[in-house]
Amino acid sequence: MADLTTTAPRAVTNPRATMQDLLPKLVLAPSFAVILIFVYGFIIFTAFLSFSGSKLLPDFSTWVGFGNYVRLFNHPNWITALKNLAIFSVLYIVVCSAIGLALAIFLDQKIRGEGFLRPIYLYPMALSFIVTGVAWKWFLDPGIGLEHVMQSWGWESFSFRWIKDGKMAIYTIVIAAVWQSSGFVMAMFLAGLRGVDNEIIKAAQIDGASTLTIYRRIIIPLMRPVFLSAFVVLAHLAIKSYDLVVAMTDGGPGTATWTPALFMQKFTFGRNEMGMGAASAIIMMMMIFTIIVPYLYSELGGKKK
Amino acid sequence: MRKFLMSTAAVAALFAAPMPMAHADESVEVLHWWTSGGEAAALDVLKKNLEAQGVTWKDMPVAGGGGEAAMTALRARVTAGDPPTAVQALGFDITDWANQGVVGDLGEVADKEGWDKVVPAALQNFAKHDGKWIAAPVNVHSTNWVWINKKALDAAGGKAPESWDELIVVLDKMKANGISPLGHGGQAWQDATIFDAVVLSLGTDFYKQSMIDLDPAALGSDKMVEAFDRMAKLKTYVDKDFSGRDWNLASAMVIEGKAGMQMMGDWAKGEFLKAGQKPGSDFVCIRFPGTQGAVTFNSDMFMMFKVGDDKKKAQLQMAADIEDPAFQSSFNVVKGSVPARTDVPDTAFDDCGKKGIKDLAEASAAGKVFGSMAHGYAAPAAVKNALYDVVTRHFNGEIDSKAAAAALVEAVAAAKG
Repeated sequence: MADLTTTAPRAVTNPRATMQDLLPKLVLAPSFAVILIFVYGFIIFTAFLSFSGSKLLPDFSTWVGFGNYVRLFNHPNWITALKNLAIFSVLYIVVCSAIGLALAIFLDQKIRGEGFLRPIYLYPMALSFIVTGVAWKWFLDPGIGLEHVMQSWGWESFSFRWIKDGKMAIYTIVIAAVWQSSGFVMAMFLAGLRGVDNEIIKAAQIDGASTLTIYRRIIIPLMRPVFLSAFVVLAHLAIKSYDLVVAMTDGGPGTATWTPALFMQKFTFGRNEMGMGAASAIIMMMMIFTIIVPYLYSELGGKKK
Repeated sequence: MRKFLMSTAAVAALFAAPMPMAHADESVEVLHWWTSGGEAAALDVLKKNLEAQGVTWKDMPVAGGGGEAAMTALRARVTAGDPPTAVQALGFDITDWANQGVVGDLGEVADKEGWDKVVPAALQNFAKHDGKWIAAPVNVHSTNWVWINKKALDAAGGKAPESWDELIVVLDKMKANGISPLGHGGQAWQDATIFDAVVLSLGTDFYKQSMIDLDPAALGSDKMVEAFDRMAKLKTYVDKDFSGRDWNLASAMVIEGKAGMQMMGDWAKGEFLKAGQKPGSDFVCIRFPGTQGAVTFNSDMFMMFKVGDDKKKAQLQMAADIEDPAFQSSFNVVKGSVPARTDVPDTAFDDCGKKGIKDLAEASAAGKVFGSMAHGYAAPAAVKNALYDVVTRHFNGEIDSKAAAAALVEAVAAAKG
């Protein structure tokens, strides 16, 4: 923004060039200001909140230092939420990537009807997580869903009641999330596969490499950037996961499926513990930053030169 | 850059400015979460009364059971300095808001109509703050009810249980008769609603010490372990699909005879009546065994916010209309609760409603009306939810009774801090 003034003298010599110079900055200024205030401004605001003794409303008259963070990490629900986040994010990222990659490779075999199949796999992404959550909640409910149907078809001993079981419920959320997102990961991988230079593959074939070897030694290593993008997209979705959990279990049975985002919402707005809620939000933001910042650095850092 | 920011601010101010002027005429803006059929119909009565008196009703419904979403909306409005006239609120939420210094004063109308004399003292603790009336109570719900399917009860001996042991006998018989004895939904607040009643059944003093005074000695006592043991016992009578079920579906199970009984506040009665059932002949309402004579309550109130002088008159009018005995009667007949003032005739109520009014008057006279922990009338939201966590974890078998009592002491202490 600083060069708005330095460009002024040139205006005398060539107004048109100045205009061209100025226009992008003018166009960008509003969004820049909005982001500055509403993203970074509020991050700072939240950070302040997390050190304050705010309860019902923001309250900057009492300061508790790291008190909120200490209480946060002593709270059993936060520990449950962190454990769930670990289980959820690892499984979600790994399974989504594996299924996405497998689907992409199969679709890449120049099969007939690819144009028909691709949108089918991609379609779940068009649904909101709330819709996915409600649908899977019903589907997995032993009383009306899968178990009930199987038993009414005669498979009496069939039992699948993970969603009602505190130890297994978090895995049902993984299942629903994977169903939702793996089509999207497939699309990413498919684009990556199409981007691989055919010449290299042909050269490998001439050298006598089997299809498996070509994929394993050439194509997949070439798709490293796609893996990275998929990882970043999935990881931040995992940390933010809120709507899916609310729709499927609302944290239950008991407190078995609490996630950090759920914790933040419930503490800030339900329990009048705005300070602790803000502290949990800051921790979540730090988790996301540890993923995004190195990624941005590696993606953008090199190209600037 | 700075210029840009200033012009943006100017434009924003232009948009914002006309808004307060838009409703300068006599009107009340009401934030509430009564959006479902029966509740909305009940509220409509109030709206019509006000409109007949020339006060426009600006509805601001924010749906969502316990009003959590409504409270979030309220926060935004108050922070922006433009609170609604009246807001439906519960228990300690009212106290919390009063502490922020943003609520109005109903003294004028309360003094004129003598609310001090007719509203039960337990309700005044919340509706008044520093001696000033800040909220108009609409009703009193009591939460220590059990709703029993009459046929199922007859098949199990026909006698409504009056003690814990009798309750177990009836539940066992119902189980033997092949129905699921206890209709229940596994949501934290429903577990806590039963827990309220179980604690109360172990003695009114114990309830007061543990749930209201939050005495650590009572919270960690052997009696509390026994309360958790009773919860664990009750857990054995719910069906295996209970987790996550909404309370009205649990009521439906009792109505259809798939379940024997439900332990739930008196709003459950609405579900039975809607299904065309008659109290006494189709279903039986009793106090949770061992709690006859005492009442754990929650009460819907309209909390009044500080408003400009132009809106003050309408606000007082609304408060007066809420406390009007005729409205109290017609509203509560529909809602299933009992009137928030003791001088309303019970003629319009059904048998369960009559019993509710009588029980409340008796308990009030004996000083045995207690705020319900599960519904935010015993302790502030942070403590309430901390208790929810422990009760629901125990009910779902994550911890045993001893550990639960110990966890309760810890959780309550942490939430108070």
